[in-house]
This record gives sequence, C-alpha cells and structure tokens, in this order.
Amino acid sequence: MNPSIVSLAIISSIVAVSTVVGFLARYHRQMDLEQWTVAGRGFGLVLVWLLMAGEVYTTFTFLGASGWAYSRGGPVLYILGYQPLIFVVSFYILPLIWEVGRKHRLQTQADFFQVRYGSTYLSAFVALVGVICIIPYLQIQLTGLGLIVEVASFGAIHRTPAMVTGFVLVAAFVLVSGVRGVAWVSVIKDLLLIFAAVFIGIAIPRIYFGGLGAMFTAVVHAKPTHLIMPGATKNLGHTWYVTTVLMIGLTFYMWPQYFAASFTARSGKVLKRNAVIMPLYGITMPLMLCVGFTALLVLPNLSNGDLALLALVRKTFPAWFLGIVGGAGALTAMIPAAIQLLTGATLYAKNLFRPMLAPEMSDQQVAKLAKIMVVVLTLGALIMALYSSLSLVSLYLLGFAGVAQLFPGVVLGLFSKRVTTTGVFAGLVVGIALATFLVLTGRDPYFGWNAGFLALCLNLGVAGLVSALTRVRVAGFEEAVPALAGSPGDGFGSRL
Amino acid sequence: MGGALRRPSLFAILLGLVPFAGICFSVSLWDRVYPVVFGLPFNFFWLVLWIPLTPLVMWAAYAVEERCHPGDETRKGGPD
Repeated sequence: MNPSIVSLAIISSIVAVSTVVGFLARYHRQMDLEQWTVAGRGFGLVLVWLLMAGEVYTTFTFLGASGWAYSRGGPVLYILGYQPLIFVVSFYILPLIWEVGRKHRLQTQADFFQVRYGSTYLSAFVALVGVICIIPYLQIQLTGLGLIVEVASFGAIHRTPAMVTGFVLVAAFVLVSGVRGVAWVSVIKDLLLIFAAVFIGIAIPRIYFGGLGAMFTAVVHAKPTHLIMPGATKNLGHTWYVTTVLMIGLTFYMWPQYFAASFTARSGKVLKRNAVIMPLYGITMPLMLCVGFTALLVLPNLSNGDLALLALVRKTFPAWFLGIVGGAGALTAMIPAAIQLLTGATLYAKNLFRPMLAPEMSDQQVAKLAKIMVVVLTLGALIMALYSSLSLVSLYLLGFAGVAQLFPGVVLGLFSKRVTTTGVFAGLVVGIALATFLVLTGRDPYFGWNAGFLALCLNLGVAGLVSALTRVRVAGFEEAVPALAGSPGDGFGSRL
Repeated sequence: MGGALRRPSLFAILLGLVPFAGICFSVSLWDRVYPVVFGLPFNFFWLVLWIPLTPLVMWAAYAVEERCHPGDETRKGGPD
C-alpha cells in the first residue's frame, strides 16, 4: 500500500478518535460559561496534570526543540532550563491565584486584574494584550499542524487544506465541550507523545550510531562547538541563556490560558502537588533534542530545521509509525490551540467587549459572543498563517515578550499592598512598548540580553516608581469588591 | 473563609531558589562537553539531572508548606 495513505489514515484516525472523546466529555453537563471556561472548578490532580501538560507542551516544543537542536545547537538547552523552573514558580503563585479565583469567581486573567486593581480599563487592556498575544501562538500551532500533515503525507496533501481541516475540528470541539474536552483529549495525546518520544529518542541514535554516547561523540567530532553555547549562533551566549530562562521561567504562567487553567482545580493543594510532579513530564524533551542532534549528521541539508524530527522519522521507520508520530504531533498542535481559542474568545467577550461596549449584556449573551469569537479567532489565525510575512520565531518571541509584561501586575498584586493601579498600568504600557520595539526592529537579543527580559525590568522599575508616587486605591484582594461576574441576578457584575 | 491569602513561607521560597541556582545562574560553570557522563555531554547531563532533582526540592518545599499551614482554612492573617 502507498505509504502516504497508511500514515495519513493513522493520523486521521487518531484525530477522529480524539475529537469524539472531546465531544463525549461534555456528557450530561449544562454548558454555561462557568463549565465551559473553568469546568466548574472540579478538576483533581490527574485532570489538572493532563490539562497543563496538554497545553504547555505544544507543537513548538515538539517540533521546535528538535529543530533548534538541529539548527542552533547549544542554545536549545534553554528549553531544558526553563521547563522545570516554570513549575517552580507556579508552586508559589498558582495556589494564590486559585484562592482568589474561587473567592471572587474569576474565570479569566483579566478578571483577576479587575478585582485586584478595581479598574475596568486596566482589565480591558490586559484582555487586549492577552488576545493579541494568543493569535500568533495559535498561528504557530496551525503552521505546525500543516507541516506535520505535509511531511506525513509525503507531500501529497498541501499544508493549507490540512490546516483548515484541523482547525475546523478544533473550533468545533471547543464550541461543544469546552475545557473539559481539552483535558480528556490530553489523555490520548500524552500517551501517544510519551510513547513516540521515548521510542524515537532512544531508537534513532541507536540505529544510526549504536547509542546516545556514540551519537554525541560523532557530533563533537563533526562540529566541536555545536553542543555548547552559543552553538551555531553568534549572539545566543550565556547572558542570553540566563535572561531568557529567567524571563520565561518567571512569566510562563502569565499566558492567559495557563493562568486560567489554575481555576479548573478543585483546590489549591492540587495545584501545589501538580507543580511538584510536573517537571517529570519534561523527560520527553531531552529525547527530542537527541533526535535533532542525530538529524544534524544524518540529514545535514534540511531547508527548515523544524522538519528535522519528522524527516528523520520518515526516513527511518515504516509509514504506520510515521502516522503515529504525526498523530501525536497533530494533537500537540490541536490541544493547545483549543485552549488558546477558548481563552482568547472568553477574554474578548467578557473583559473587552462587554465592559467597553455593551455593559447591559447578560452572562448568557457573553457566553454566546465567546462562542462566536471562537470562530472569528480561528479564521483570523488561519488567514494570518496563510498570509503573514513575519517568521514564526519572531511571532513567538513577540507574544512571549508581550504576556511577560503582565507579571508585575500579578505578582505585586498578590504580594504587595503598596502597588497602585496607575503604577501597574504605567509599567505594563512601557514594558509592552519596549518589547514590541526591540522585537520588531530585530533587536532581540539586545547586546546579548533577551528583549522581553529587558522590557520586564523596565516594567518593574516603572511600576515601582509610579506606585511610590501615587495613591493606593485597592490595597489587596481582601478589600476588593467580592461580586465580579456571574453573581445571580447581576447582569454586569464585572463593572465595578 | 475570610482572612488574608495564605502566602508561601520564606523557607519554602528559599528552597525554590535552589533549582534557579542550579539551572539558570550557574550556566557558565556547567556549559561544557567534558566530562562526558553516561555518554551525555556535561551540560546536557546536568540539565537532565535537574528533571528529577527539581521535583525533589519542590517536594521538600511542599512538606514545609504543609507544616506551616496544617488545616485548610483555619489560619488567619498572613505575613506581609
């Protein structure tokens, strides 16, 4: 049988089964905004772990990690560096965010800013930043999905129809089952991904070199400096490593979708335990890197480093195995995309549109608008993926540098009574301006420093300085107005 | 429920700095190929080592936190 048909059949069955599981997850549940966005705050350790592993390990880590190992070498270690650290940081902040979330019935990140700082404008701006940063992240998942199907079909299916089909499925299952569906589909994705990663990570170096050690020895012989920083690059040295790992490690949970995932937990303790065990899931990453390093010697002339893993799997294994890897890869694009869509749509409807344009909207109308926005965002990301001129890496960096600027508002909001609304707002605006300028003018890294990190430092400085000069309006969650949204009989609770 | 947020204790936060020191700030000490350990370049081996070490450290932090805040909602006030 034609190998492209075999691998495509397997990928489509994996995606089809997952979509059905996603649909079934809503079984017998009334889908109001609370169920749709935070699953009624009922997830235990296992579902929280699955949801978080499901959305944190995206196609960027799956294809991007081996791609960077292939094209850049040593600097790729930043991925191994930041991954355990994001969970360390989450140990300290997510249980607090959860506690506030339960007390004030928060559903989104912007809700958090609304309650803490009592400013609808700040919260709407936070929502705007979130939605804008989510779009490029969505676009990355889309492009990754298209790439996977193109390679797995041996070029028989162009990436455009693949992206369209995949995203129609994602949008459909987000609309029907919400965050619960995402968590359940993650079960399939995690099993497949762990199986695929462990198998190919061990088998590929063994097949070509007889083992991991021999593979590394061969890489060192061929390219003596490839495995240490700055590797194949000129400017990604130790300063870049430290500032990048700090920036991502500290601010990873500022992505609105990860932030909101903490609201799905049953208790703060679940989130703490989850933070303790999450780094173990990262064991798949070094294996991905080994595949990238192997590809460097076996397939030295790839046009695009992101193809390294798939091309090597295609060259090494039978078509059915390529199908399994492709299916796992497709799910690592679709699951994070689903949650990004859900979060972006809710942020827009609840924290941007209603408070700014239509304060009289009921919660049911907000839920309806959010579902319409899922479709709009899907189309937007599709159009951008097809026509955008910016490269994926710069989009990713821009999105990351942008959401990182929400860190001072969240952390100072949790730990300080002296921080003021004006201070946080000023820091956020200045941080985003600097990050956008540096990234878009090609100044990232700037003299070896991560641009988002520099912007974050300026942001913190401005937030501190302006806070010292302005009056405190809301000194903490203890003083915040308890009714936010969704309180019975209160159609527009989010306007304080 | 009421009362302030239950912020993490200082000792638990200090424990959290351990992985940051081992993984992030010390990069110039471990970013090299030799000595090769279990066939892995030293920098690679070092970071892989922190995949199990981080949960161990954080498990200690968890234990500290549990000792500081026994019960669930009983404690009032918080360190500021």
